[in-house]
Parts: sequence; structure tokens; C-alpha cells
Amino acid sequence: MSATKKLLYVNRKAPHGSIYALESLEVVLIGAAFEQDVSLAFIDDGVYQLMLNQDTSGIGVKNFSSTYKALGDYDINQIYVEKESLELRGLSKENLLPLTWEDEDDDWAEKDSIQVVSSKELTDIIEKQDVIFSF
Amino acid sequence: MKFGILVNEGPYTHQASDTAYHFTAAALKMGHEIVRVFFYHDGVNNGTRLGVPPQDDRNITTRWCALGEEYKLDMVLCVAAAQRRGLLDENEAKRAAKDTDNMAPGFNISGLGQLIDAGIQADRLMVFGD
Repeated sequence: MSATKKLLYVNRKAPHGSIYALESLEVVLIGAAFEQDVSLAFIDDGVYQLMLNQDTSGIGVKNFSSTYKALGDYDINQIYVEKESLELRGLSKENLLPLTWEDEDDDWAEKDSIQVVSSKELTDIIEKQDVIFSF
Repeated sequence: MKFGILVNEGPYTHQASDTAYHFTAAALKMGHEIVRVFFYHDGVNNGTRLGVPPQDDRNITTRWCALGEEYKLDMVLCVAAAQRRGLLDENEAKRAAKDTDNMAPGFNISGLGQLIDAGIQADRLMVFGD
């Protein structure tokens, strides 16, 4: 196996209406076993994937939003949400799932995984990646 | 350069599969290496041997097959995505007690780890989708 690479998953679609969000999350979870430097970005309608209090009972499909909360346990704690995408949809960080991770180097302190970043900041983050999975 | 190719859309409905094919063929012609072509989401439908497009249209599946054979390409359908959508090789068809398999020659079924691996091995992962 080569040296560690920086992997970024870019999530652009709403959680329901198409299967991209669900199948993207499957890649993220499988990919966690490869011990790479993983981060996730949520842009455009992709920010809806992290909404609090999702209820899919009306459309008869699985509500997988609670799976995002497991990301911290997979050592995936660099989660970027684009500020402009939130604002355009009248959302703020308070509307999102509280995603956290435990920092073993800091006495297992619980820390926030989500960072709201501007489009410009996200561009810089994307620039630094080795591999980008866009869904 | 070493390219990994990810195809996220099925044949005919979306341009993505055509573009992925043309890119892959051009890269190979120029002497680049293709680490793997990975088919995900509806992209797995590119691997069915039961498609019968009109004679005056391109046959997307057989085109991939021919390219795969010429360059000994590693063409992989994601197993979870394939099972959801009814893309089965001989083993999977037997296991699920179906009356036929439908995988075109040259395609293989494997796990999502093969996608991550392609991303890691390649200098560039090219994603073709919507």
C-alpha cells in the first residue's frame, strides 16, 4: 500500500430523491478501513443530508441519517459544510446533526466534527486533496 | 500517468458513461495506464450483456468489453450496487436462485474497497457522473 493520501468525499445531493447520498455514505464507511486522511464536504443540496430530525416515513424509504453520527467512531472528523449552501437554503449549523468525535490525545474530549466553511475556504481544502470522490 | 475511472451513471440515459469510455480509450491510446474502471450507482448497468440497443446506435456495453479485452482492463461492478439493480454474475445468480446471470464478458463483481484502492493507486481518480 502506498503512503497515506488525502481523500475528500464531496456530497452534492439531497439525502432522498436519489440514491447518491446513501451509496456515498457506504463508500465512506468501507473506505475508513483503508486508514487514509479522510474528510467530507457537503455542498449544494448535499447539506440536507446532515439535517436534524429527518423523517422518511412518508416516502417509505430507509432513514439513514443516524449513520452519520457513527463517522466519529470511524475516525472521520473533518466534515466541512459550505456556508453559502446553508444560507441559500435558510439553514444554519443549528439545523444540522451534532456530529462529534473523541480526541484520544486530549483525554477523550468530545469535539465537534463539523466546520462551516466559506466557498473560498472549501476551494483551498479541495486544492490540498489527493483523491476526490464526487457524489 | 495512472488514472482510476469511476462511472456513476448507467448507459444511454446519461452522457457520463460515454464520456468515461471516450476518456479511457483516449488515455490508453496516449500510453497512460488505467488502474481500474469502477462502476457504481446506476453505472453498474453498463455491465449487462442483455441490452439490445438499435443497430444504428452505439452499443455501450460491447464497446467497454472490446476496450477491456484489448487493454486487459480491470472493469469492476460494485457488488452491493449490482445486487440492488439486478446485475448478477454466474455465482451471484446461483446464490440468489435466479434463472440467469447477465454480466457481460470482461466485467467483474467486487467490493467498494476496489474503488478506494483505485483512488489510492492512481495519480488521478476521474469521476464521471451527474
